[in-house]
Amino acid sequence: MTSAILTVVLALAGLAPPTDVAAADRPDDGGRHIVVTWQGPDDPELTNYRILRQPENGESWDTVGIAGRLANRFTDGSAVDGVRYRYAVVALSTDAVAESEPSDWATSTPSWFDSNRLNVLIWTIVFILLLVGLIHQARRGRKLYIRRIAGLDAVEEALGRATEMGRPILFVPGLSSVADVATIAALNILSEVAKKTASFGTPLIVPNRDPIVYTVAREMVKEAYTTVGRPDAFSQDMVFFLTDQQFAFAAAVDGIMIREKPATNFLMGMFWAESLIMAETGASTGAIQIAGTDSLSQLPFFITACDYTLIGEELYAASAYISREPLLLGSVLGQDLIKAVILVTIVVGTILALATPLPVLKVF
Amino acid sequence: MKKRIPLLIVLVLGIFGATAFVVPHPVVRNVDEVMRNDIIRIITAFSIVLGIGSIIRHHVIKIQRKAEHWPFSWVTLISLAVSAIIGLFGGLDPGTRAWLPTSIGGFSFHMQSIYVNMIIPLGATMFSLLAFFMASAAYRAFRARNLEATLLLLAAFVMMLGAVPLGRMLIPRLPDFAEWILTVPNTAAKRGITFGVGLGMFATSLKILLGIERGWLGGGGS
Repeated sequence: MTSAILTVVLALAGLAPPTDVAAADRPDDGGRHIVVTWQGPDDPELTNYRILRQPENGESWDTVGIAGRLANRFTDGSAVDGVRYRYAVVALSTDAVAESEPSDWATSTPSWFDSNRLNVLIWTIVFILLLVGLIHQARRGRKLYIRRIAGLDAVEEALGRATEMGRPILFVPGLSSVADVATIAALNILSEVAKKTASFGTPLIVPNRDPIVYTVAREMVKEAYTTVGRPDAFSQDMVFFLTDQQFAFAAAVDGIMIREKPATNFLMGMFWAESLIMAETGASTGAIQIAGTDSLSQLPFFITACDYTLIGEELYAASAYISREPLLLGSVLGQDLIKAVILVTIVVGTILALATPLPVLKVF
Repeated sequence: MKKRIPLLIVLVLGIFGATAFVVPHPVVRNVDEVMRNDIIRIITAFSIVLGIGSIIRHHVIKIQRKAEHWPFSWVTLISLAVSAIIGLFGGLDPGTRAWLPTSIGGFSFHMQSIYVNMIIPLGATMFSLLAFFMASAAYRAFRARNLEATLLLLAAFVMMLGAVPLGRMLIPRLPDFAEWILTVPNTAAKRGITFGVGLGMFATSLKILLGIERGWLGGGGS
């Protein structure tokens, strides 16, 4: 075998070849990946490794990658699933090369389950069972206690104030797309707010950045007005698309705040750098501002510039809180219970981890 | 039927999307990718037409009613029309073959030029306002009206002083304390919020999948 002869010849030159070369399918992936491992020579002259691959039905050895001198592992991401390959690792220095013996044959295979995500799956199932159980209890008429959320208690007051002042309500459902869960939460709040504006006869302004969000928001507001028996009060012009440019949208919303002088501004959903621009402009017009976002970086701006801020999960609980729909409240209680479970798990896990490194803790 | 079909589509595709998270096999992942990227793009393309229709209707109504500042609605409509004509018939950049000329002498007004020379500077102008708004928001936040505001003021003072050489000169351990505030209490609070957000997202998704939250169908029936 030429490689074996080459190994002997070059080993005489002083550079030892890598040993224990092994190849195996990378587990828990979508296929096309084979992991090659080896033991490298302890030689200061060594510069790096070249990884060679030979398919079962081919004669030639092709280079599939280069690894640094400290590496002892390489992932070949260009394997074809079902084809058998073997690998050799060539140690390189400035004036010598030393090729290893070839590894055993290995084949990449796509997996049907990612065992690294088993913990997520377990928690998901636990959470689903808990939520379904609580929703079932709510359906059977059990009274569920939900803690007070000041920002949501203020919604009624804010709507009443706008009605008394004869000024509109501005609702911005964030700047993200409908694929963002925060946007869906904002739209759910919009639905409840629209029912109340329809009842009170308060004008509603809903500018949108995303055309899909605009379409959904328009239908939700229209349906809300129909639900409370005021379809005549709905106007197509209440909900409109502005622009998909971030700062152009912020400028337009600022313009609306200054021209229309809404009594209440709702800033709900996902926001980025424009959050403070809008919130500060709203504050300067004297409007009551209720904001809600799950964006950690924008929360401080809203807390500073708005009267009430829904922090993170409160945004998701808002539609249930405002509507007082028992089935929706069941899910909010489920969130709180799971949070308590996580809290206890963190405390117990921390104590156990400090006390003894149990392998079972790796599940978490 | 009008609501059952969308609910069924959401249930099936939602469960499929969740399955793709734990099943790495290409049979599942490739279909998931197509749904996430290609189908959403197609839907977005259609919805843009609705969006443009909305802009036009909104400003036409303002012009008809002679609402406050209505002449600016003409500016919007004319800008929209001119941009559309340039984009559709003038090309994106000078290298694109086009029906209409997009330069007069050295002055070019193709789509790329409009974007680089108008949209970007205007956006940057709005962004730069953030500095002034930050100052005014900080002034309001740092008035020590209650315990929380006082703590905020103290934390901000330590952070700012810890980040400049003067802080180290006055109290050598101050930068370390500022770093501790950032990495320990601040990170702990952020992680607490993140847990809540994750659970909230999960609960909202589940409510939609199970058809409990139906607001997205056009309200009613939740």
